[in-house]
Amino acid sequence: MAEARIVGIDLGTTNSLVAYMEGDKPVVIPGVDGSNLVPSVVALDPIPAGGGRPTVTVGNSARRALIETPERVIYSVKRLMGRGLAEVRSELEFFPFRLADDVEAGEVPRVQLGELRFTPPEISAYVLRQLKKNAERFFGAPVTQAVITVPAYFNDAQRQATKDAGRMAGLDVLRLVNEPTAAALAYGLDRAKEGLIAVYDLGGGTFDISILKLRDGIFEVQSTNGDTHLGGDDIDNLLLAVALDEIHAEHGVDLRKDPAAVQALRKAAIDAKIRLSSEQSAQFDIELPNGDRYQREIPREVFEQLIEPVLNRTAGPCKQAVADAGITPDQIDEVVLVGGSTRIPAVRRLVDDLFHLSARGKKPHIELNPDEVVALGAAVQASILAGASKTTEELLLLDVTPLSLGIEALGGVVAKIITRNSTIPASATEHFTTGVDGQTNVAIHVVQGERELAADCRSLARFDLKGIPPMAAGLPRIEVKFLIDADGILQVSAREQRSGKQAEIEVKPTYGLTDAQVESMILDSFDHAEEDFARRLLIEARNEAETILTKVEQARANPAWAQLTGEEQAAVDAARDRLASAKLGADLNAIRAATAGLDQATHRLAELMMDAAVTEAIRGKTMEAAGQELSDHITAPHPMAAAEFK
Amino acid sequence: MLKIVDSAVPVACWSCSAAHKASALFCSNCSKIQPPPSGEYFSVFGLRPQLNLDLDALERELHRLSRRLHPDRFARASENEREWSLADTALLNDAYRTLKDPLRRTEYLLKLHGAEIGEEHAGKDRRDPSRVPPDLLEEVFDLNMQLEEMRSARQAGETDQELEKNLVEAKKKFDGLLEEVDRDLRAQWQAWDEGDQAAREAAQKTMAALLDRRRYLNNLVRDVTETLGA
Repeated sequence: MAEARIVGIDLGTTNSLVAYMEGDKPVVIPGVDGSNLVPSVVALDPIPAGGGRPTVTVGNSARRALIETPERVIYSVKRLMGRGLAEVRSELEFFPFRLADDVEAGEVPRVQLGELRFTPPEISAYVLRQLKKNAERFFGAPVTQAVITVPAYFNDAQRQATKDAGRMAGLDVLRLVNEPTAAALAYGLDRAKEGLIAVYDLGGGTFDISILKLRDGIFEVQSTNGDTHLGGDDIDNLLLAVALDEIHAEHGVDLRKDPAAVQALRKAAIDAKIRLSSEQSAQFDIELPNGDRYQREIPREVFEQLIEPVLNRTAGPCKQAVADAGITPDQIDEVVLVGGSTRIPAVRRLVDDLFHLSARGKKPHIELNPDEVVALGAAVQASILAGASKTTEELLLLDVTPLSLGIEALGGVVAKIITRNSTIPASATEHFTTGVDGQTNVAIHVVQGERELAADCRSLARFDLKGIPPMAAGLPRIEVKFLIDADGILQVSAREQRSGKQAEIEVKPTYGLTDAQVESMILDSFDHAEEDFARRLLIEARNEAETILTKVEQARANPAWAQLTGEEQAAVDAARDRLASAKLGADLNAIRAATAGLDQATHRLAELMMDAAVTEAIRGKTMEAAGQELSDHITAPHPMAAAEFK
Repeated sequence: MLKIVDSAVPVACWSCSAAHKASALFCSNCSKIQPPPSGEYFSVFGLRPQLNLDLDALERELHRLSRRLHPDRFARASENEREWSLADTALLNDAYRTLKDPLRRTEYLLKLHGAEIGEEHAGKDRRDPSRVPPDLLEEVFDLNMQLEEMRSARQAGETDQELEKNLVEAKKKFDGLLEEVDRDLRAQWQAWDEGDQAAREAAQKTMAALLDRRRYLNNLVRDVTETLGA
């Protein structure tokens, strides 16, 4: 039997994708609805009438719930991965999520979703499980191994959290690949180029810049830099803040306390942002609870002024990466643009400026879809790992660690042991001794970052070297080996050299889950036995069919149904009947085809309902539904006074 | 003194039991990956300790070995082989990082020969008077005064153009001294690579002193740059 496929997964802030290598070409695997992008949105359905655990939905259907039941939906959870309580709190100022109220310092924060609480890796695991299902549905075979991409500037804890999520979703994560590197791989596949490439990756929530050298199929990262909290989300927040402020000032309505209205406005802001990439202006036109209309024209130049500070935050990391690579911007041969936010014309101008592109008669690479290129690269890396393809046989990625690794020395200063931009795997060996006669424990504090004081760096873990044979102070010699593996994750081992005894290490990760915790969070899933697989696919297809049939039945009561033409209504009914009868049979493909047919037939209906929901939310009909101060803190960080923004 | 790695005792391959050198990354008989060798960085690249290196050849060798050793090549291998691939590749990368950089390479070679190289940890007091090279004592004293003045002027929100000009001048001077040290170091490389035992020992001593001086100058320049840029 052929070895199982390894898939490549882009676990994004806004959207996630799964891809694989079809022959010598990477291809994205579409979901049930035919779409390549699975929105990284997770919703908790209401608890069933008979009781029991509520089900979880992911993707487009979860996004719909965002307007109707915002307190049961979470998105952009990538921003919370591998972060401590204090960091998550500051993050939540801009996102309408609630922390569970029983979280204690030192614990992995949990987010309240309806009646339940989830850690960020659990939420990500639901997204990963959906991608896994999509791939299994596509192949008709189980998928258990994956390559997952992470922002290059992710630290140890964020990487570990991503791996944990994979494990919870039932995936063996064979490699974490840095997103810009993956993109370079996707681009480099069909061109045997040599030279220096810069990858500028501005996604939904993170920014990365990587500089790579290509030579003989080897992709050697020279330097990387970035900001794990900078992306399209920040632009949305700016537009949102402007709208909220103006509505408050001009119409006396404070929508900040109304999560449903905020979500609806956010959607309007995102739509406006997207339009502004191709149009010279965009409009807000929204009916308010008091019957007023908030109408507002946003010319592109005003938008660009508004977002300039956000975009400028990408310049510093770019300059640092160029300097760290020991080159000048003019030596960069190619620039690759990755991430949806690079569609914004102002971003392209900034990149052109930073790397003197048009001055040198060059253009950035945008041939591959910026939303898909990372997933495609992940598929290429999966193929390299599988070692089964001629196309990828000669390719090899040599990546670097984005942050320096250090240990806290006397006086709280950091002794760097592995500097940033070191090629990984990398290691360092340090020796420790005791300060007191008979001392049997030595504590070591490992940090990540560039600052001189440990308190200013990010704490990675505290290690306790235990069981040192009692000796005079200074006599024991404990050798500790720090190794950053190919995923960019730290491993530590220790040995007492005088006694030859393997010192026992107790690792207390500063942020993150223990092995046992991860084990307990593995999503209840089907048994993966091969013989059950066909049955499982059938069950899932029937479930999908049941879900859509129920939704269509409910939709007939919605006012939107009456807006359909008689013909459209008849088409929906016919598609519904076809699916209802296919569902009774055991023909997997017939059920799927009928499901897709009904989905197609109800497209316009779904759109009409979505519009209606937005309008209702703004009118305030669902306002009381959320009695919590969710988006309280969205203040206006935008640099312009409301008066100028006309 | 120098450990000759090439003469290390032969060990046996875990897979085919054939004898091979302890410094080998692969079995010479069956080509299987081996546990990380105990050798030093030069031997990882099949080189004798030396200071003048062909960096292009070093990079090509890095790529050649990476293709065979990298964990990507062992994603589906046995657990032992995966672990060795990780450790071997880390050793290869550590070795390359050290050897490609002229200063790290020199420090490393001196350490191999028993020299105590001052660890450059951020916490050490850079202005410890005992570390000042004697010929620079007076200038360093003046410079530190000016740096102090500059910092307090900055704190008070004042700009002293005269002072700033002096500091820029001083930085230029120390930059020049750094270049001088680097030239001297390179001359010693030649002496070490081509000399006999006695010449090597003399070169080692000189290089250790030059490295100390270089580190000191480097910190000074950094202080000035930081203060000017603040």
